[in-house]
Amino acid sequence: MDLAERVLAGDKRGVARLISLIEAEDEDAFVQLGKLHSRTGKAHIIGVTGPPGSGKSTIVDRMAKAFRQMDKKVGIIAVDPTSPFTGGAILGDRIRMLDLTLDEGVFIRSMGTRGHLGGLSRAASGAVKVLDAFGMDIILIETVGAGQSEVEIVSHAHTTIIVEMPGLGDEIQTIKAGIMEIGDIFVINKADRQGADKTAMEIQAMLGLNPEKPEWEPPILQTIARTNKGIDALVEKAMEHYDYLKKSGNFENILEQGIREELEVLIKNQLGRLMGQVVDRERQDEFINKIMEKELDPYTAANILMENVKGKLCDGD
Amino acid sequence: MSERKIRILIAKPGLDGHDRGAKIVARALRDAGFEVIYTGLHQTPEQIVETAIQEDVDAIGLSCLSGAHMTLFPKVTKLLKEKGIDDILVTGGGIVPKEDIPKLKEAGIDMVFGPGTPLDDIINYHKEQIRK
Repeated sequence: MDLAERVLAGDKRGVARLISLIEAEDEDAFVQLGKLHSRTGKAHIIGVTGPPGSGKSTIVDRMAKAFRQMDKKVGIIAVDPTSPFTGGAILGDRIRMLDLTLDEGVFIRSMGTRGHLGGLSRAASGAVKVLDAFGMDIILIETVGAGQSEVEIVSHAHTTIIVEMPGLGDEIQTIKAGIMEIGDIFVINKADRQGADKTAMEIQAMLGLNPEKPEWEPPILQTIARTNKGIDALVEKAMEHYDYLKKSGNFENILEQGIREELEVLIKNQLGRLMGQVVDRERQDEFINKIMEKELDPYTAANILMENVKGKLCDGD
Repeated sequence: MSERKIRILIAKPGLDGHDRGAKIVARALRDAGFEVIYTGLHQTPEQIVETAIQEDVDAIGLSCLSGAHMTLFPKVTKLLKEKGIDDILVTGGGIVPKEDIPKLKEAGIDMVFGPGTPLDDIINYHKEQIRK
């Protein structure tokens, strides 16, 4: 049995191994993913993002439990940062999800970003597909602790939840571009702390500044994930959002956009690898020296190297 | 294909709450370029094995300072064996009397790192064994 068949047969080790191969960018991984493609598309993919320490992992844990109560199978992908210096990582999101470990209807995978920016790892979208084909009804993706511009999650999730907490900056933070623009649902977690209402009001005011009235008005919820307070309402809203997407026809738009971006990324990755093969490294080194000595500027150098690459590609080499 | 990363699960089975050693080892392995899945305190052997499967780790590092290592460590290797898993390296650390070490090895624990083990020894051991 190959790995795709093992995934479809419900073999957890097969799922785990295939995700590792995707992370290693093994060629066979893409062959296996190709085989799984027709079996994907059934899961509701929910992204959970927000600043470090806002309670993303705990919210994911509590949401997973609520979905399990409804007898839905839950896949979780939890991303933590990889050190840019050593390549190592501590993947610690599972600590908040220990009770889920032995639940047969739950599969949790931790991933390091491995140099990828944007809040996810490069392999995250492949891992989502594997869990989808594995039969998970709900897939929760937890991003790394996100600041302002880690917005990649939107192109991977149907529903994006932004987790905030009281006391992180004033209302100017909420009108900045970036992460505040991508929320389908806003959650103010740790709502027992001072300032929760104020934070909710600021987000409300920010959303109210939108000159167009959106079809879906992002709700702003308050939760205390530690004690499960507000989690049922959050899960309900997430499901409501999914229904809205399906009924409004926006689901197809998201899907199409997602595929468009995915293809673009795949082509770029291949081009990147190709570049490694066709760029004249000796000449590059020579240029680096010249640029250091101010005999050449980097822009001209890049153009010369690219001319060379184009020539090679057009010759069919 | 990018370089294969070593993935290791660091877990503390049983009831003692002394996780400083486990954290220091986790941190050292991180700095050596490993991906460390850290699950912290009070893990049952069942949870440890299930986590190792889902995370597709190359190795499991168990830490125990309560004296229950003779029960808990072999339980982990036994569960792995029952699930037909023979490609995960299992090591232990903590307060383990010398005379227990041969018995643990017999039970399938690949290596025991006692107090005072240089961190480099732990790192190098895993690199050597896993690259094989």
